[in-house]
Amino acid sequence: MNWYRKLSIKQKQVVWAWSFLAIPVLFYTVIRFYPTFGAIVLSFQNWNLLGAKTWAGLENYQRLVADPVFWKVFSNTFIYLLLGTPISLVISFVIAYHLDKVNFLHATIRAMYFLPFMTSAVAMAWLWRWFYQPVPIGLFNNILSSLGISQFPFLNSTFWALPSVLAPAVWAGLGFQIIIFMAGLRSIPQSYYEAAQIDGVGPWTILREITLPLLKPTIVFLVVFSSIGFLRIFDQVFNMTTNDPGGPLNSTKPLVLMIYDTAFNAFNMGYAAAQTVVLFTILLIVSLLQLYVMRER
Amino acid sequence: MKSWKNTLMGITAGATIALSAGASQAVEIEYWQYFFEARVNAIDTLIEKFEAENPDITVNQTTFPYADYRTKVAAAIPAGEGPDVVQLFYGWLNDYVEAELISPLPVDAFPPEQIRAEFFPMVQAMEKDGQYMALPTAVRSLALFYNTRLFEEAGIDGPPKTLDELIETAAALTKTDAAGNITQVGITTGMNAQDHHWVREVLIRQFGGDPYTGDYQTVTYNDDAGAAALQWYSDLQNKHGVTQAGFMDEPQAAFKAGRAGMHIDGSFRIGALNKTRGLKWGVAELPAGPDGTQSNYSSYWVNAVTTKAEGEKEAAALKFLAFITSDEAMQIWLDTVGELPAKPSAGLTDANRADPVFGPFISGLAYAKTTIFANESGQRQVLMDAMQRILLEGETPENAIGIAAAEEQAILDGYYK
Repeated sequence: MNWYRKLSIKQKQVVWAWSFLAIPVLFYTVIRFYPTFGAIVLSFQNWNLLGAKTWAGLENYQRLVADPVFWKVFSNTFIYLLLGTPISLVISFVIAYHLDKVNFLHATIRAMYFLPFMTSAVAMAWLWRWFYQPVPIGLFNNILSSLGISQFPFLNSTFWALPSVLAPAVWAGLGFQIIIFMAGLRSIPQSYYEAAQIDGVGPWTILREITLPLLKPTIVFLVVFSSIGFLRIFDQVFNMTTNDPGGPLNSTKPLVLMIYDTAFNAFNMGYAAAQTVVLFTILLIVSLLQLYVMRER
Repeated sequence: MKSWKNTLMGITAGATIALSAGASQAVEIEYWQYFFEARVNAIDTLIEKFEAENPDITVNQTTFPYADYRTKVAAAIPAGEGPDVVQLFYGWLNDYVEAELISPLPVDAFPPEQIRAEFFPMVQAMEKDGQYMALPTAVRSLALFYNTRLFEEAGIDGPPKTLDELIETAAALTKTDAAGNITQVGITTGMNAQDHHWVREVLIRQFGGDPYTGDYQTVTYNDDAGAAALQWYSDLQNKHGVTQAGFMDEPQAAFKAGRAGMHIDGSFRIGALNKTRGLKWGVAELPAGPDGTQSNYSSYWVNAVTTKAEGEKEAAALKFLAFITSDEAMQIWLDTVGELPAKPSAGLTDANRADPVFGPFISGLAYAKTTIFANESGQRQVLMDAMQRILLEGETPENAIGIAAAEEQAILDGYYK
C-alpha cells in the first residue's frame, strides 16, 4: 500500500471513486453491454440454439423487411404506443389533479389507485381474459346478455382485440402515473397559485398557464416511461391470448411477442436477434428524443 | 465449548469420508423431463425399481415446467450442464442428432431389427444410419371423449361412429339460452388444442386427401379434400351451430366443466379427467369418414442418452434407458400416466384392449399417423389462422386452405433448406 500513501488527496479521491464505480461498470459490461453486443452479432448469423452458428450476412434483415407479419406487428406495436400513452396520461392526470384537491381519506384513495400497479401483470391478464369471455363464463358478456344486449366480441375480433388487451395495461399503469403526477403537482410552489388568485385568474387559465407548464418535466418523464412500456408490451398480450398467441390473425401481436415466438418456438435465434435489434433501435431513438426534449436550455 | 466444536468436526470429517467412499462405487445419473404430476410419479416409481435392481446406480430426476422445458434443455445440453438421460419430444430429436448432442444407442444392446419388430411402426422415425437414436416409453393417440351424463339426458345411446352421426349427436347435445347464445356445446372445437391434428391427419385423409408427401416436407392438402375437410370442420359452427370456437376459453375446460357433450383429445388427458369430480365420461374411437376411412394422430416423447454421459455414466444411462423402455415400465407408465405402451406386446394385451378407457386409444394406434413437424407451434398457428379467416373474416374454406398451405410450406422450406 506504499503507492497509495504517495498519492495526493485528489488522486486518492479518484481511486476511491473508481473502486466504487467498478461494480456498476462491471455489472453493465457483463450483464448489459456484452449481451447487447452478442445479440447484434447474432442478428447476422443463423443459430438454432443447438448446433454451430453460421454467418448469414444481411439475410435475417432482408427476411424481416419482406415478412408481412413483421410489418403487421410493427404497426401493432405503434398502435399500442399511440393509443396507450395519451389515453393513460390524460386519465391519470385528470385523476391526479382531482385527487390532489381531495382531503377526505386522501392516503386510502391514493393507495387504492396504486394497487393495480403492484398486482402481477400475469394474474391481472388472466382475470381480464376471463372478464372478456363469451357467455356462459365471461363477466362482461353475461352482464350484457342478462340486459338483453347481444354479446361483444372482445378478444374474438381482429378489430377489438387490441383495444381489449390494451385496456387492462392502461389501467394497471395508472397507479404509478397518478403518484408521479401528484408528486409533480405538489412540487409546484403554492405562491404561484396565490398570486394567480389575487389577480383573479380563472381555474382554466391556472391549469393552462401555471400547472401544465410547470409539470413539463413530469410529463416528459411519464411520456417516455410509458412509451417504452407500451413499446415493450408483452405480459398482457401473451397471457390474454395464450390460445392463439398474438391473435386472432396477429391482430394483437407486439414486437416482443414475435421475438419470443421466433426465438423459443421456431428456435430461429438469428432472426429473433434481428428483430431485437430493431426494437433496440426504436427504444434508443425514443430515449434520445427524451434527452433532447429534457435538455437544459 | 471446545468439546462441542471437536464433536462437530469429528462428525463432519466422518461424513466427508463416508460420502467420498460411497462416491467411488456409485454412479449418479441425471434424468430430465417436463413437469406433469403423473409422469413424475411414474418415473419416481421406475427409479425406485431400477435402483433396487442396480444398487450401485443413483438416478436423480429433475423437472421443469412444460413452457420452459424445451428452452432449458436446449440451453443446458450444448453447455454440458444437462442431463445424462433426457426426455425429448419426437419432433425435436433431429436437431439434437444433427448437433451431435445425442449418443446413438449401441447396436449390441439395442439391436435395430429387434426394435423395428417390437415397437409400433411410427418409432422407426428414430432410426438413423442403422442405429436407433432414442426410444419412447409411451405413445399417445386421439379419441373422442363424451359426457355420459349429457348423453343420457339427451337420450342418445352411444357415441357417434361416423362424421354424419357426429353432427346429429352434437346437435342433440347443444343448448342455447333465450337470446340464442350457446351455453352447452355439442362438441368442443379449437385448433389450439388437439383439433389441428384431427384436421391434418384425420379429416383431410377421410375426405380423400393426403396432408403431406411421405417425408412431410411438402404440403399437399391444398386441394378439394383439404377444402372439404375445412368446410366440414367450420360448418360445425357456421352451419350446424353445434359448437363455438373459444367456448369457455379452452376445449378441455368446457368438457371438464360438463358444458360439452363431446371432446376430441389425447390419451394424456385421461389422468386429469379422472380427477374431475362429478364428471362421468366415456371414450370412443374417432368417427370414421364418409367412405369409412379411419385415421388417427400419434405422437410420443423419447428417451435419449446425451453426449455428456461418458464412461461408467454412459453405461448406467444406457441401462436406465433400457429399463424405462421395457414392457414392465410401459405397463407402469400406462397405469400411472394413462399413456399407451410403445410396443404392441405391452399395449395390445387383451386386458388393455378391452379396457373401456384405453381400448379406443390403443385401437386408434393401429392406423395412426405421426406428423413430422418442423415447428409444431408455427404449423399449428397456420391452421388456427385458417379457421380465424373463415370465422372472423368470412373467407371461404377453399381460399383459407390455400393460404394455409402456402404459409406452412414456407415454414417447411425455411427449416429444410
